[in-house]
Amino acid sequence: MNQIFETPMYAYSRHADQDATTPPRHKVIVVGAGPVGLAAAIDLAQQGIEVVVIDDNDRVSTGSRAICFAKRPLEILDRLGCSAPMIDKGVLWNTGKVFFDKRQVYDFNLQEEGGHAFPAFINLQQYYLEKFLVDRVRELQAEGAPIDIRGRNKVSAVGTHPNHVTIEIDTPEGSYNLEADWLIACDGANSPLRAMLGKDFVGRVFEDNFLIADVVMEADFPSERWFWFDPPFNKGQSALLHKQPDGVWRIDLQLGWDIDKDHEKKPENVIPRLKAMLGDDVEFELEWVSIYTFQCRRMEQFRHNRVIFAGDAAHQVSPFGARGANSGLQDTDNLCWKLKLVINGDAPESLLDSYNTERVWGADENIQNSSRSTDFITPKSGMSRVLRDAVLDLSEKFEFARPLVNSGRLSVPCTYDGSPLNSADALDGPDRSRPGSACPDAPLTEGFLLPKLAGKFTLLTIDADAPDVIEEDGITVTRLALSLKNDPTLALKNRYLGEATSGVYLIRPDQHVAARRPSFDDKLFRAAIRRATGKE
Amino acid sequence: MSDLTLTPNIDGADDYYAELLAMHDGLSREESDALNARLVLVLSNHIGNRTVLSQALAAAALKPIK
Repeated sequence: MNQIFETPMYAYSRHADQDATTPPRHKVIVVGAGPVGLAAAIDLAQQGIEVVVIDDNDRVSTGSRAICFAKRPLEILDRLGCSAPMIDKGVLWNTGKVFFDKRQVYDFNLQEEGGHAFPAFINLQQYYLEKFLVDRVRELQAEGAPIDIRGRNKVSAVGTHPNHVTIEIDTPEGSYNLEADWLIACDGANSPLRAMLGKDFVGRVFEDNFLIADVVMEADFPSERWFWFDPPFNKGQSALLHKQPDGVWRIDLQLGWDIDKDHEKKPENVIPRLKAMLGDDVEFELEWVSIYTFQCRRMEQFRHNRVIFAGDAAHQVSPFGARGANSGLQDTDNLCWKLKLVINGDAPESLLDSYNTERVWGADENIQNSSRSTDFITPKSGMSRVLRDAVLDLSEKFEFARPLVNSGRLSVPCTYDGSPLNSADALDGPDRSRPGSACPDAPLTEGFLLPKLAGKFTLLTIDADAPDVIEEDGITVTRLALSLKNDPTLALKNRYLGEATSGVYLIRPDQHVAARRPSFDDKLFRAAIRRATGKE
Repeated sequence: MSDLTLTPNIDGADDYYAELLAMHDGLSREESDALNARLVLVLSNHIGNRTVLSQALAAAALKPIK
């Protein structure tokens, strides 16, 4: 079977830093080599910022964990040079079925909007993503990029100072000390760093347990998502069946609150449950089993001077709606370009406060969405259950009730409405590309739009004049001149102009819109550049 | 003659559902039942049209709609 998570991918080896007489100073240390920490490190290294990743483990994570990757994270991974293996390996699906009690109440076909390089989402085990990210780290190292990854390096103490951070690291050969100008904490929901710094992590605990099992089936089950409310094989609870690559199926079974976790996790207790669900004649093998409870909570502040929290370390959601890894990747996408400008002296440190503002906003949106799904799936009061069951009964007969059925809402990128980096919207254009939005992709005569906007400030002009380059206080903005003549499907027009006949967009390195107007105005766009970099 | 709308028609359906649930927070079952009854009457009055109301009664009973 699959041994990918049993092989060290960044085995411990002694580093010269361990023999230094005074603690060596690094630009950025990332703690945690999960998807979020690796993405942060790759993003920085690609921009020439020196970075060291440390992790107390030395291999990819065990079990499928995050399995659903949405369009926006795929676009981010594309910029990080990791999207191709994701798409090659991932599973696409578009049919979902909803069951209530003994019957199927309806099925649905996800109608994807065309004209995007990436699908709405793919299913893929987290360990594959981590492997692809480590592969990318190795590729960058081979190219001489300033990135290092150290396995079995565990942070045992952290000290904060006005202009740097100190950490003590335990290794198989004893401990050593490092200093960093900046530290990014991506050490997961139970973040030891957060605990060491004594920071809050408050929110709502859901009193429930879920059994998750990765099951390898020979059977030719369809590539569909099946969700059961109150099924006969798991009375009063819920169940989910989801396809992953390699003939692995992810099964989530709600167990309720008062259970004996160790007892429930034993294969002799898991297998009968799965047989009741899949049918006696289906042959399967159990690859991984875990029981989890969940919470929806976040830190009050994601930035604590030189220590910046990202991913589950900063915010935690229930798994419904796939908003954990997906939002963590959006954190680092938001953070890394800002950190680079600050490190290089091209923007004030206060620019990093906008990371806090924007990603707290995103976290709250994700927490709200996943809390609502959880409340629907596991009603916590009698009336909540009555209403939920009414929705399900009606959904079988009437289309109107189906949008109310909530077994998880697809993760879509957060729009940073009200961000201090946005300039007022001055174009009578489509709502979806207003300032704060992640740029929607569009097919052009040659290739897609988003890769042309990657990793730098861009002035996108559509049938409008503007200088090819603008320099404003250390920030270089390059023009991407497009015309509706390069818009074979009208996607560019529909997504960026609407009724307007021309448009000029200032686009941030993370592909979010900072400002837009019908035409170029030197003074106003220079102000928008300063605003987008925390200078006014 | 008008017909009962049975296709999705609520703006921000998730927001509305959350607001509806929140109305029941902290209520006893009896209080919740009473709230629901008042809501049915308020919405019925808003609809007004007797044909539509009869169709709504049938839909709620999961019966065929005439």
